Parts: sequence; C-alpha cells; structure tokens
Amino acid sequence: MDTPLKRTPLFDAHVKAGARMVPFGGWEMPVQYRGIIEEHRTVRSAVGLFDVSHMGEFEVSGKDALAALQRVTSNDVAALAIGQVQYAVLCDPNGGIVDDLTVYRLADDHFMITVNASNIDKDFAWCTERSAEGRFDARWTNVSPRTGLIAVQGPKAEALVARLADRDVPAIGYYRFERGAVAGVPATISRTGYTGEDGFELYLPWESTDRVWRALLNEGARDGVAPIGLGARDTLRLEMRYALYGNDIDETTNPLEAGLGWVVKPAKGDFIGRDAIEAVRAAGLKRRLVGLEMTERAVARHGYPVHAGGTPIGVVTSGSYGPSVDRYIALAYVASSHATVGSEVEVEIRGQGKPARVVKTPFHPPHVKKPS
Amino acid sequence: MSSIPSDLRYTREHEWAKQEGSRVRVGITAYAQEQLGDVVFVELPKVGTKLTAHKTFGVVESVKAVSDLFAPISGEIVEINADLPNTPQLVNQDPYGRGWMLVVAPSSAGDWDQLLTAEQYEQFLSESGH
Repeated sequence: MDTPLKRTPLFDAHVKAGARMVPFGGWEMPVQYRGIIEEHRTVRSAVGLFDVSHMGEFEVSGKDALAALQRVTSNDVAALAIGQVQYAVLCDPNGGIVDDLTVYRLADDHFMITVNASNIDKDFAWCTERSAEGRFDARWTNVSPRTGLIAVQGPKAEALVARLADRDVPAIGYYRFERGAVAGVPATISRTGYTGEDGFELYLPWESTDRVWRALLNEGARDGVAPIGLGARDTLRLEMRYALYGNDIDETTNPLEAGLGWVVKPAKGDFIGRDAIEAVRAAGLKRRLVGLEMTERAVARHGYPVHAGGTPIGVVTSGSYGPSVDRYIALAYVASSHATVGSEVEVEIRGQGKPARVVKTPFHPPHVKKPS
Repeated sequence: MSSIPSDLRYTREHEWAKQEGSRVRVGITAYAQEQLGDVVFVELPKVGTKLTAHKTFGVVESVKAVSDLFAPISGEIVEINADLPNTPQLVNQDPYGRGWMLVVAPSSAGDWDQLLTAEQYEQFLSESGH
C-alpha cells in the first residue's frame, strides 16, 4: 500500500480515546475502542457514535438531475418526496452491483447520494460518465472532502439528538431528513442507519464535525453514550442482514440473488442493468444470499465454502459471533435448492465441515422507527 | 505495557509456558489477547495429541481475527481447559489463569531452555514496536 491513508476530521479524537486504528477502504479508521462486544451492546441498549466521515457524498442538480439518477440507480427516485431518503443500488449493464447507496431528495431538481468510502472514485466516474452519455443536464459534485458524517444509533439516540438540535427531532420519520443545526453546527439530520436500532446520521461541515462529536459525547454522558468502532458496526449490521459492499455484494452479484429485489423497480422505466436483471428474474435465481446459523460453535468467515452432503453449493460472504443473538451467524450465497429456511448445510472451516442451518433473517429484530 | 509474569516462559508467537512439576501449562499472553480483542472461539486438540515445538496446535478466533496457536514445547497433551469451548472470553478475562489452554508432558527437556524469559519477552515486545 503506497498511497498514504486518509484521515477523518475525528482522527485525533479517536487516538485520544484509545481507539485501535486500522486501514479501511483507504482510510485510517477506529476498529474498536473498548471491545467490539461491549460496543455492540452499547448501541443495542443505549446509544453509540460512529465516525463514518470516510463515506462519500455526491450532489447532483439541474433540470435532468432526476432523470440522470433514474438512469443509474435501480430504485424509483421519482417516488421520493423532498425530505425523503431511499436505498438503492447502482448496477452495471450485466446487472452486477457497482455500489449500494442512499439517495436524498433535497429539492425537486437537487439530490445528494451517499456511497461507500472505497468506491468514491469509481462511483463518481461511473455516475458522471453515464450522465454525460445520456446527455443529461445534470451537474455532479463530489462533496465528500467537505462532508463529515456521524451516526448516532441506539434506543437513546432520539433523546440525545433532540437535546442538541434546533428541529423537532422526534417528528422526523424513518428514512426522512431535515436540515437544521446540531450543537450550533449546520447539519442534515437523517433518520437512517446501519445498525437496526433507531438513530440518526448527521451530515456536517468537515471542519465542524469534531465540535458536534464532542457535544454528543458530553451531552450523551447521562445516556451512557460511547464511541463505536467499525468492528461493532460490522456485527450490528450482520445481525440485521444488511449487505456490506465488497463482502456480500459486488460486481459479480446481482441485486435479486442478494435479496435486494425490493430496491429494483423495472416499472419506473429503463435503467442501467435493468434488462440483465429482468433476464435473471425470468430465468430464475441460481443462488440466493441466506442467513446461516452454525449448529455448533464455529466462526464462518468470508470465502469459506458451503457444502451439502459433500457437494459444493455455495460460499460464505460474512460471518461472526452475533453478540445480541449469542450465536455464530453468517451470510452465504447458496444454490436455490438449499436456500429454504431449515436447510441443513456444512461450512468448511479449516478443512472440516461444520454443520449449519439456513435461518430467517434478520437474525435480530430491528428496532428502527417505523414510518408513521 | 501488558503484564508479563516473571515466573513464566514465552514464545515469539505470544504463548506462555509454566513449569508445574514435570508438566508444562500453556496459554496465550495478556498482550496476545489484547491484540486479538474479544475471543469468541478456541479450538484445541484432544488429550493424548502429540505436539511439536513451534508447530500449530489450535486456533483462537476473535470477532475480527483468526489466529494460530503455536506449541512452546514438544510433548503430549495430558489435559485441556474444558471451560474454553463454552466460555472463550476467559482468555480475555484471565489469560494467565482461568484462560489457560493445555497441560503438556514434555518430551524433550531442552525445549524449555529455548523459550524466552519474561525479560526477553518484554524486550521482544518493545523491539517489535509494541
């Protein structure tokens, strides 16, 4: 690795707090502060703060901003009201997933999208090139370098954010956002997250991100707030079966087999990848991403083969001990013939087949605020 | 600096060894468990298995990492810590005590002298930038 790792505006705060810093997607990020399991439990029972400033944000505006987004994303952006957020994927013409993202409608002809840190350059090139090909009157701006992002997640997140914000925070619905101020800093307050708990993601000016982080830690002390590293972020999202780009989804996987058919809207009109995805749908899925529970203690990890009766039928894409379910869980692509709940399979771990069962997902019930 | 009890011997792979009469008890160091983070799985061989010094004998897994365990000495396993499969977190909570892994009947007395003393292990940790 020759390129120096990038640092978020909270780097010094993490080091001071005793975080273990690791390289992640080109960034130097905190993997844990006090311990992954303890941090995981803090988010499920109280409130945790995540520095996700490494993630990428693009703004797109102009007469054809909506049309350009409809062309590159799988979901129906036209259905999005101002103040609403939508999950979607970007696909290539083969239906492979270029990235997963959230789309924010800021105004009729002004949007923001949030993409994965490791894909910022790839996605920006992809979006601007496809937009130019379509001759859309749309201006794309990569605002990542000036945008900090803090996720505040957990059952006490609403009360904490409400005490620091100048908006009616409880009134913000799930997958809705408002622009206001938090701790006196201009913020986009979005009721979204990657943990399965209620919570918010706060988009902030890069240079003021640290001020909001400190205010949240101080104000949240009575709620038991703590900073949470990427390690717990991974176990929290895994228990919810949220896909992680690069692990569970990538350019070799299509959204239908990944269980993301709910964000594919062929009826909205043409978009890149639609024909390939519809061909897959017509032909039937060969494999599906499923939840596995190990029936004895064993940790399945990314890349481990999955067998049934000695025959290879799939591969693990994510796996860990799940602290809230107190079980060893995994996501795996398995042949459709073995994708039904209750199917018995084996995960090959260091040359040994360890028994596992296909189970319903999410592994742990979500506690997000339901749309009212 | 993690604790490094002076009465134990150590490997460069961060196992400890403790002389108990004619036998040797084995585990991983406080430094090793700190680096691993929360231990969620320990895989040990069965009693009666023959170990060879410097060869792997098992696996310890944390939430994020898989790490091999290396035998400090050659010999035969006479006891394993039966609590570890169900309570792997003992390795974090008490690495030199209840988090022990094996008791070995050594096959070669010379192996012991090849192990690092506490002082040497401390030196090794500081030299390798820990």
